[in-house]
Amino acid sequence: MDETIREVLSEHGRLAVDAGAIDENADLFAAGMTSHASVNVMLALEDAFDIEFSEQMLRKSTFESIASIRAGVSEMQDA
Amino acid sequence: MTSLIHEPPAIADTNDVVAMMTRIADQVAAPAADEVDVQGRFPAETISALRAEGLLSALVPRSLGGMGASYADLSRGLVALGRQCASSAMVTAMHHIQVACLVRHGRNDLLRNYQVELVDRQYLLASATTEVGTGGDVGSSVCAVDVAGGTFHLEKQAPVISYGRFADGILVTARRSADSPENDQVLALCRPPELELEQVGEWNALGFRGTCSPGFILRASGDASAILDDPYADLSTQTMLPVAHILWSSLWLGIATSATDRARRFVQAEARKRPGMTPAAALRLADTTAQLQQFSDLVRGAVTRFEEIQDDPNRLSALGFAIAMNSLKVSASTLVVDIVRQCMVICGLASYRMDTPYSLGRHLRDSMGASLMVNNDRIMGNNAQMLLVHRGE
Repeated sequence: MDETIREVLSEHGRLAVDAGAIDENADLFAAGMTSHASVNVMLALEDAFDIEFSEQMLRKSTFESIASIRAGVSEMQDA
Repeated sequence: MTSLIHEPPAIADTNDVVAMMTRIADQVAAPAADEVDVQGRFPAETISALRAEGLLSALVPRSLGGMGASYADLSRGLVALGRQCASSAMVTAMHHIQVACLVRHGRNDLLRNYQVELVDRQYLLASATTEVGTGGDVGSSVCAVDVAGGTFHLEKQAPVISYGRFADGILVTARRSADSPENDQVLALCRPPELELEQVGEWNALGFRGTCSPGFILRASGDASAILDDPYADLSTQTMLPVAHILWSSLWLGIATSATDRARRFVQAEARKRPGMTPAAALRLADTTAQLQQFSDLVRGAVTRFEEIQDDPNRLSALGFAIAMNSLKVSASTLVVDIVRQCMVICGLASYRMDTPYSLGRHLRDSMGASLMVNNDRIMGNNAQMLLVHRGE
């Protein structure tokens, strides 16, 4: 799953650093992801994992790190 | 002119905020409004009167010496001010937006003490969020705070700082550090004597002429604790954006209310000339009055929506709330122009002339600013983006 998340971030996250190497707990917004880019990341994650984030998951904290994205995706897969 | 209070009580309760602001609007701001507009001068008498009543710290909690006023009361006070002098109301609104950020996000000792000082000294706060080189996007900065040894330094090319020359402090956005990406921003409280403004150009605008909003090169330094604790992105979502849109909409409602007042008086004067005949413009007045009611209920609803969740960062950060607060700004700024325009049609040439009791030139010019200050197309673009993932209420 992490590999797919990193691919999505690499393609849509517009990070100032390498999405393949960034620490899984690093703040993605501090690494340059804009709110505009985060929406594209959400859309791409929904497509990649065939999920739909619930309304309460759609907030900055869900997408602030690779670890938080993994937790969010897992929660939606289990739902 | 119904609520004249000559001796306000020493300790205000919340309704007094509305009464005091209404009195200042009617007795102080109104007589100066045309001169402020024509000369494009700062509405000093309004701000002095607000200071004298302690109203510049209306939002500061009582525990820190302020009035602890609600946003509902402040909104109503700004409607009253906006009815008389939109420039006065805009300066007052922008000041309170800054105070709201301090009150809600300034948790460290320095910022707490500053709030106590603000109550005592009745400081007027301004804002420097836009910057040369960011294309009007307040969510990104070119400049950065340089923190070393507990002190920050900052230099910003600001294309606009409203009433910058008259402010006692300015809240400035900047990147967190020289290495931070453009959207990793903080908000820093910059104060004299460590705040220097070099004016660039003049403010000679169509409306809101009294806000005195030229560009500046801003240079500041200070204690690093004067940087607000929360990231600007959070602070903007949870406070600056909703409070700004609510308070701006309130004063725009004031402009629309004043225009409708003039249109109604015009129609009534016509009716008196020919009793028994309903003037042709009365129908349009009925239509405009319905629009004004929509506007008023829109603002009231937005205030309630914010106040209900104001202490819940999660709900304030939800997409649905952000979309609603953006929609508020776009709707209100569109309604104000529509209503003023309708009122001009009702009053005809009497509104087009600059020297009649029904003149609406100032209203029209001020109202046009509403959709441009943070451009509606940019705001709708943000909503369009959020709606790609929003699930609805």
